[in-house]
Amino acid sequence: MATAVAEAEERAATQYAARIGHVSKSFAGPAGPQLVLDDITLDVAPGEFVTLLGASGCGKSTLLNLVAGLDKPTAGTIETPGGRPALMFQEHALFPWLTAGKNIELALRLRGVPKAERRERAEELLELVRLTGAYGKRVHELSGGMRQRVAMARAIAQDSQLLLMDEPFAALDAITRDVLHDELTRIWRETNLSVLFVTHNVREAVRLAQRVVLLSSRPGRVAHQWTVDIPQPRRIEDSDVAELSVEITEQLRGEIRRHGQH
Amino acid sequence: MASTETSTGDQPVKTVKADKDTHDLAGLEAGLDALETVHSGRTPLRETLVQKVLPPLSAIALVLVVWQGLVWAEVADETKLPSPSSVWSGLKELWLQGTLLDIVWTSVSRGLLGFLLALAIGTPLGLIVARVKFVRAAIGPILSGLQSLPSVAWVPPAVIWLGLNNSMMYAVILLGAVPSIANGLVSGVDQVPPLFLRAGRTLGATGLRGTWHIVMPAALPGYLAGLKQGWAFSWRSLMAAEIIASSPDLGLGLGQLLENGRNNSDMPGVFLAIFLILIVGIAIDLLIFSPLERYVLRSRGLLVKS
Repeated sequence: MATAVAEAEERAATQYAARIGHVSKSFAGPAGPQLVLDDITLDVAPGEFVTLLGASGCGKSTLLNLVAGLDKPTAGTIETPGGRPALMFQEHALFPWLTAGKNIELALRLRGVPKAERRERAEELLELVRLTGAYGKRVHELSGGMRQRVAMARAIAQDSQLLLMDEPFAALDAITRDVLHDELTRIWRETNLSVLFVTHNVREAVRLAQRVVLLSSRPGRVAHQWTVDIPQPRRIEDSDVAELSVEITEQLRGEIRRHGQH
Repeated sequence: MASTETSTGDQPVKTVKADKDTHDLAGLEAGLDALETVHSGRTPLRETLVQKVLPPLSAIALVLVVWQGLVWAEVADETKLPSPSSVWSGLKELWLQGTLLDIVWTSVSRGLLGFLLALAIGTPLGLIVARVKFVRAAIGPILSGLQSLPSVAWVPPAVIWLGLNNSMMYAVILLGAVPSIANGLVSGVDQVPPLFLRAGRTLGATGLRGTWHIVMPAALPGYLAGLKQGWAFSWRSLMAAEIIASSPDLGLGLGQLLENGRNNSDMPGVFLAIFLILIVGIAIDLLIFSPLERYVLRSRGLLVKS
């Protein structure tokens, strides 16, 4: 536990977990280059939980790929001082040829954790996502919710300061999603991770985040930001969550309407 | 189990209800996990026997009955259509001479050794073709084209280049099996879901580490299919080589057994050789490749029980 405190202090020393500075991205389209992201500037503070919200075509997944280093921005800079960010996808992306535990161990191995420590670390991470005893389970033997939790454990195993999540619960049923919201909040508070969470679900964004960033579509720009100071643990049905969601939804719909006006 | 984890109390708790729910989270999750987990057991032995062993045995029995019937009906004379019993006594004779296992082993050991060589060459070759664009464009089409070339076509040049010896046999096996194995691996690599590659890259598996930890295991099912086909091609090529290039120095294999039967107009011997070739091919598949393939598919949840 002493090391966890030391790590937290070390993290607090840097001012940001991610700094996105004037980032633009265009892709080659049939009618010349298509601007997908336009001059995005956004900081994620250490330990902060930020959700990126937007309709289709706002480039939120593109932005996440840029921050993850899977793609390069056309203009602007991205800094992630905590090393290569961990990334979680909508699909669990666990490797079916490995057991749940070995999936986590692969992440540990690839970041250079010595063999002797891997097994123990993997068991600890499984315990963190409350899957004690799932070490030897094959991916197909796990339910959708369990798979996403193993994926979460694998992402945390990368020991990155920043966790990127690309609609990780969108493919789950409503009951499971609800439980995983609680679970993610708990883990975020326990691990002190910074989270950048992409979603198109307004209530999910408000339920989870300290800050909600609304992106406009085509091209994606930061349209509006809200600080959510409703104390955790929240429920998706809480009235304060609903109230803010209504306000954000209005704004989001306004953004969408602009596209139908010409 | 985890009920004490969330009661640190350092965060303001909104309502009593929310607090209680957080405490219940572990239990709720355990319940969901239990409800959604699929339990897959293995089929009991008796069922396997009835479903998997009985049908082929019945088919074999039917073939024997029809065969014997044709012999009794005298559709062709004994030199063209030997009876099952004469083939059987041919087999018994070889067994009593003590040469049966030697003959089978001569061919099987050649086939397996040739196959292992093909494996050692075909695997890196397939990997390079799959991963390096220039190489793929250069030799990819030739490699798939070679698959459709009957390997018996390689026997004459192999005899001229290498002479009547074992190396010539191995050369023919390699030319038959290497393209299959390489092509299997190429299509296995092509079918790796891009998501695995992206996930691998975010975990830091790039370059050779990506190939070893992500691409190779992800491509394994396609690779195994290629190996299976590679074995079939090895065996076929070897039989072609043994039939055409028989020489006393080469030792008696199944192909030569067949060729000797033809030379001696010994139809039961010809039938016996054909059956033995068939049985070896099936046995290797059943004993090595099918279990391997089933194991890989089952462990990935890809073997759906109907």
